[in-house]
Amino acid sequence: MSIKKHNLVPKHTLLTDKQKEKLLADLHVTIKELPKIRLSDSAIQPLEAKSNDIIKISRESRSAGNSVYYRIVIE
Amino acid sequence: MRPQFISKKVGSIKFRILSPKMIKSMAAAKIVTPELYDREGYPVDGGLMDTRLGVIDPGLVCKTDGLRLKDTLGHFGYIELARPVIHIKFVKQVYDFLKCTCNSCGRILIPQKDIKKFSEILTTIGEEQSMQAQHRMVREVVTKYKGKGKCPHCAAKQGKIKLEKPYTFYEEDHKLSPIELRAWLEKIQDDDLQLFGMDSVAIRPEWMVLTVLQIPPVTMRPSITLESGERSEDDLTHKLGDVVRINQRLFENINAGAPEIIIEDLWDLLQYHVTTYFDNSIAQLPPARHRGGQVLKTLTKRIKSKEGRIRHNLAGKRTDFSARTVISPDPLIGLNEVGVPEKMAKHLTIPERITEWNKEYLLEFVKRGPKVYPGANYIIRPDGKRKAIADFTMDEITEELTEGYIVERHLLDGDIALFNRQPSLHRMSMMAHKVRVLPGKTFRLNPSVCHPYNADFDGDEMNLHVPQTEEARSEAQVLMLVQTQLISPRDGLSVVGSIHDAITGNYLLTKELILSYPESVDLLYSCGVEDLSRLPKKEKLDGKEVFSALLPKDFTFYGKDKSGNQVKIINGKLTSGLMDKANLGEESGLLLRNLYSQYGPEFTAELLGKISKLGIAVLLRRGFSIGIADLDLMPQTAKLVAESIENSLQKAFNIIEQHAAGKLQALPGRTVEETLELRMLEVLNKARNKSGEVAMKQIKENAALVMARSGARGNILNIAQMSAITGQQALRGRRIDHGFTNRTLSYFKVHDISPAARGFIKNSFKSGLNPAEFFFGAMTGRDALMDTALRTPKSGYLYRRLSNAMQDLKVEYDHTVRDASGRIVQFQYGEDGLDVSKTKAGSIDVKEIVQAVIGEKQ
Ligand SMILES: [Mg+2]
Ligand SMILES: [Zn+2]
Repeated sequence: MSIKKHNLVPKHTLLTDKQKEKLLADLHVTIKELPKIRLSDSAIQPLEAKSNDIIKISRESRSAGNSVYYRIVIE
Repeated sequence: MRPQFISKKVGSIKFRILSPKMIKSMAAAKIVTPELYDREGYPVDGGLMDTRLGVIDPGLVCKTDGLRLKDTLGHFGYIELARPVIHIKFVKQVYDFLKCTCNSCGRILIPQKDIKKFSEILTTIGEEQSMQAQHRMVREVVTKYKGKGKCPHCAAKQGKIKLEKPYTFYEEDHKLSPIELRAWLEKIQDDDLQLFGMDSVAIRPEWMVLTVLQIPPVTMRPSITLESGERSEDDLTHKLGDVVRINQRLFENINAGAPEIIIEDLWDLLQYHVTTYFDNSIAQLPPARHRGGQVLKTLTKRIKSKEGRIRHNLAGKRTDFSARTVISPDPLIGLNEVGVPEKMAKHLTIPERITEWNKEYLLEFVKRGPKVYPGANYIIRPDGKRKAIADFTMDEITEELTEGYIVERHLLDGDIALFNRQPSLHRMSMMAHKVRVLPGKTFRLNPSVCHPYNADFDGDEMNLHVPQTEEARSEAQVLMLVQTQLISPRDGLSVVGSIHDAITGNYLLTKELILSYPESVDLLYSCGVEDLSRLPKKEKLDGKEVFSALLPKDFTFYGKDKSGNQVKIINGKLTSGLMDKANLGEESGLLLRNLYSQYGPEFTAELLGKISKLGIAVLLRRGFSIGIADLDLMPQTAKLVAESIENSLQKAFNIIEQHAAGKLQALPGRTVEETLELRMLEVLNKARNKSGEVAMKQIKENAALVMARSGARGNILNIAQMSAITGQQALRGRRIDHGFTNRTLSYFKVHDISPAARGFIKNSFKSGLNPAEFFFGAMTGRDALMDTALRTPKSGYLYRRLSNAMQDLKVEYDHTVRDASGRIVQFQYGEDGLDVSKTKAGSIDVKEIVQAVIGEKQ
């Protein structure tokens, strides 16, 4: 069974290198400042991500409807 | 001149044990004699007060650094011990070493081929957990191999190691002397030490058995001179004196070739004194005492105890210019004010610098002195020297005072002070107030600010701090004044609001009062309204019209009151709805919030004060009281109530009968017994609600009801319980249980499941409870009390953990939330980027904003 189908698991997507660069430039942040996600995290297994990739997480937020969050892949 | 600070980051900290070599090279002096002073009172060379260890007498110079008292930090010395002794703080570690190493070759009792296998595991445990955990693991591993009783390296036989607390070691039945211990520990190899998580440079196990004892500088243990001129030494000096004395005797006896028994005894005594020097509260040892029997305070106690360095000096913080006392209410002072007793105002001072413009003014304070309010206690000269103002210094001081001097004058009305009540869970737990010096001995505060402080007047005490600089005062005033804190960051509603009588009064005023014009003017004037232009010039005025006179001319508001009626305020006129808790209370309506956002903090604080005063003034004039008669029921109502109770009881008995006859139908998923209990509870709760309703129908105009309806205090249930029926008492959602004895009280028969036997109280508080009923009431009362007593610290700790974990998170200018090291926690504050205190109860009314911008009215 894929945990992606569970309604409590928000949508995880992998940013391309181009998207990644643009994001870092837009947010004016460095990789060090971003929140992290483990390479071994079950939610990103199907994405085939590597270290230092950025994962975009869009989730339903109680206060803001849809909210976007970014995490940097570590290890 | 500004000191030049260099900031550096601490990379790591390493703890080491002082080696004898290190102790000697650190030492400024070797201590050889127990004498402290010679006949002239001068410190003896080689004594414990040796001037090479620093000086504590004015006039003497430290021989090591040439500095005088207060300039010299002092220097360490040492004693050469005649025989080694165990350091009490390392007994556990020594025990571990003895158990895990060979008595003849000193190797760890693990076969060479297996050492590699364990070394990695052990190091990770040491790094991830603690050295204790690592030692525990070493012990576990060694016990696995120890079954053979032989050293895997040299095949020597290993005896069982025993520790007789506090510090005597045995191998089988042979007592290990500290000399033997030290020899054993010396044999342990550096490589094996790694397995214990120790680095041989930092820690060698034999250093845990002392051959030299370090002597702390005299500045660390100063003596005090008593009034009689006699010197009284510090406890540490006393203890060290004992050590040196016994050490000397031991030396002499050894050199004289005294019998071994005498040497053993002295050696034990030396061990005792060195042990109690480090820690005087070892369970198995009698503590060392003064001649009077007072226990000596030695090193461990200096650090650890409540009065020790950590809890008293490092974790405990105390401050001048602060005060604490009981609080009491004063509805006549402003929201921003705090009443300070005159006695306190004479001790809490504010430093004011003399200039050409305030010289005359400040001189008056100085002339009145410290005893007459408002006076001054101290002056500070431009060179920083402070001088107390007293009768005999007065002339001199008034003479020399000029520009540049600072006068510490008494607290005056209007000064800024920070006011705080613990637990400080909020930013609103510490707010700035303007001082009002008042007679009496308590702090006074406006009842409307009780809510943010969570204060009441059943003996609560609060703290007051007086900022001492212009910067601190202006910062407090601009950022922390009560009026700036009106809107809660939690939900954007007002954290202050009218309470109790202030609500009742406004409720009655806006509900039913008709006043004559002079009455209205009198009422308004009494609560500080001077502009009466907004009061309609009519013979008879409606209460709503009087209330409206307080509101701004252009204020429009739509809302609901507590009973659900529309509240309409159009252009400053209250046309419908009542002013009750839903509108005037704290954290309830949008009324106060809207006033704040339209007219600002100062106006809102002022208005709220006036509204509260108005409510109280209304009650003062109208009269408002409650008595036992307010709980009377009319005869026909009483009859109805009794019938209703009887009815329900009958139903309950029917259920019991059905159950007894075995005819009770079980509810799905329940046993018959559970069903019985559920049905009983249901019927009996209905009994209370029904009779309560019946009673409330009859009680119409009644002080208790007014308070309940307005939201000032109490609720309908309280009234019903007082006048009609107290009702079923429940513990954990069930009727009172009969426990192991099969009955709740010996007054009842066993297995009695009738309502009365299981906590149903059919009397009202007014009619009075019978003894059994009273007992059941006490049971639930006790349960509630225990519950709150146990829950408060739990939730307090939960909150503390949360606030400590999040205390350094902050919203940056790019709207991200980041921790102290700049790492992002949220990309948008609260995921929506909203400042809750600027919203309407958490959301934004876009329509209103659009209307405000394009200027259209609905
Ligand atoms: Mg209290
Ligand atoms: Zn061996």
